[in-house]
Amino acid sequence: MFTRNAADLFVAIALGVAASAACAQGPRLGQPIKPAELAAWDLHVLPDGTGLPPGSGTPAQGAKVYADKCSACHGENGKGGISAALVGGEPIRNMSSVKRIANFWPYSTTLFDFTRRAMPWNAPRTLTNEEVYAVTAYILSLNKLIGENDVMNAETLPKVQMPNRDGFIVRFPERTP
Amino acid sequence: MPDVRSRRELERLVPVAGNGLLDRRAFFRNGAVLAAAMTGYAVVKPAAAEPLADPPWSRAAGGLVEAYGQPSRFEKRVARTLSNPKGEPRTQHGRTPHHLLNGTFTPNGLHFVISHSGDPDIDPAGHRLAIHGLVKQPLVYTLDALERYPMVSRMSFVECGGNSAPLFSNEPLQATVQALHGLVSCAEYTGVPLSTLLEETGVDPKAKWIVAEGADSLALSRSVPLTKALDDAMIALYQNGERIMPGNGYPMRLLLPGWEGNMNVKWLRRIELTERPAMGYYEARTYAPILPDGKAYQFYFLQEVKSFITHPSFGLKMNRPGYYEISGVAYSGNGRISKVMVTADGGRTWAQAALQEPVLAKAFTRFRVPWRWDGGPAVLQSRAWDEGGHVQPTRAEIVAHRGQTVKPPPVTAFPAQHYNGPTSWAVERGGEVKHVYA
Repeated sequence: MFTRNAADLFVAIALGVAASAACAQGPRLGQPIKPAELAAWDLHVLPDGTGLPPGSGTPAQGAKVYADKCSACHGENGKGGISAALVGGEPIRNMSSVKRIANFWPYSTTLFDFTRRAMPWNAPRTLTNEEVYAVTAYILSLNKLIGENDVMNAETLPKVQMPNRDGFIVRFPERTP
Repeated sequence: MPDVRSRRELERLVPVAGNGLLDRRAFFRNGAVLAAAMTGYAVVKPAAAEPLADPPWSRAAGGLVEAYGQPSRFEKRVARTLSNPKGEPRTQHGRTPHHLLNGTFTPNGLHFVISHSGDPDIDPAGHRLAIHGLVKQPLVYTLDALERYPMVSRMSFVECGGNSAPLFSNEPLQATVQALHGLVSCAEYTGVPLSTLLEETGVDPKAKWIVAEGADSLALSRSVPLTKALDDAMIALYQNGERIMPGNGYPMRLLLPGWEGNMNVKWLRRIELTERPAMGYYEARTYAPILPDGKAYQFYFLQEVKSFITHPSFGLKMNRPGYYEISGVAYSGNGRISKVMVTADGGRTWAQAALQEPVLAKAFTRFRVPWRWDGGPAVLQSRAWDEGGHVQPTRAEIVAHRGQTVKPPPVTAFPAQHYNGPTSWAVERGGEVKHVYA
């Protein structure tokens, strides 16, 4: 714990570094919360693997999950249906190119993150972490970004090399830390 | 009383630019008269008025006052256009009918909406905002708590990064300004500066980003530099004086004035301070427009300076030669609009438009130019400048830098994002208005 005065000093230092913002004094009505109490909402997975939960999955396990919970919209083997295809994609050439996972997405962690937070469409956040790892492994394997028997977990997933990793230009470097 | 001599003076006014553009100050010098002579796009000849009748609606008591007012039944066409009216499992868009509105702010029911998985039905009593991550003390706020905080109000436009995307088409799509530019709107927002809440949580010096997340079924999330969060970001609770509507983020949204609409996370429930961006789906994939060499822009935060003419525009027919007001909106994520120039001859000559005061940073500025249409062909276009010296690029400059499609896409498609070039309307001899590239 820290005292109110220490907190104020801390803020003054941090804000002095970050920006010359004028902060109004608030009435301090926020309720303290512990990280464990935020667990159900704490969904972000960063490219370096920060936020990845325990667990693991393989493409074979993911194929079963996919057939049950994903293929109705995304088609058999990720070929697309009423929702986007999850495989394929020609090399990105210009704005007429279709963005797919293997030809465009810069980070493998985005696939885990979005699947866990948003899918399946009609029942988001009902997959277990094991199922998310498995279906992530399945989709990466369909795209030949990992081997058929590779296990995806918090160690291995961030190391998957995405082909278009260096395909981006920061639009406003002066505004991007 | 109208001054007949003033009207004659107006008719003798020498245009300041080709095809009949008049001096913007003609409004102020001749105000009431010019207004009377320029009442819109379906005016009957002002001479020889019919004898005035006392209509039936004036000879009976009127209807009931409504608990929540609705527009006149004669205004039903003034509505958003919907891309997915049956709510199929994909994004829904509702576009603002700029050609049927005037002024500078957008009524809440007509503010554009993009909902990637529908509008959640949030009970505000059960909604929470959590701020955590690289802070000294993670905190959770209820809506009731935030209501007790010092608030600020400001005008702000919010614009989808994909607004105006139809103008990347290699051929001009014949569509209304609503279809082309309906994914931008402007409103007054009231809420709590995010900096006030971050002062309470404390900010770890390692923090460089915030990752904001919604309470929708996608838990949509976007990464925002901490500098923006501490500059003018707001936890917005009210829009145009009333609680934000469900489509725009009820009961609270992140407002990032002038920045890409998708980053203004709706139904905001969580802010995590991080050292690096999360590279979620919408920043890693969707809002990363591809360039002509196959690379793609990333972190295209700003909505850059833009303007478009709303009156006249495609779908509005001009009935007869005479006086009209050309008007439209200009805005910039960099600050205030400093100047808008308008042409009626496809860019050969230009007249400076009048800017409606107050001109506010990162908000719509209405511009107006009086125009004496001689009934012949004309090509109208506006170009805006902001106080930072940024100018709206030409379409040729955009195409050279960003590319265009190979064939015309559907008008609802998003071949790329962040088009801020001009829009040109060709007025034809009969008064029809077409979309052209000029």
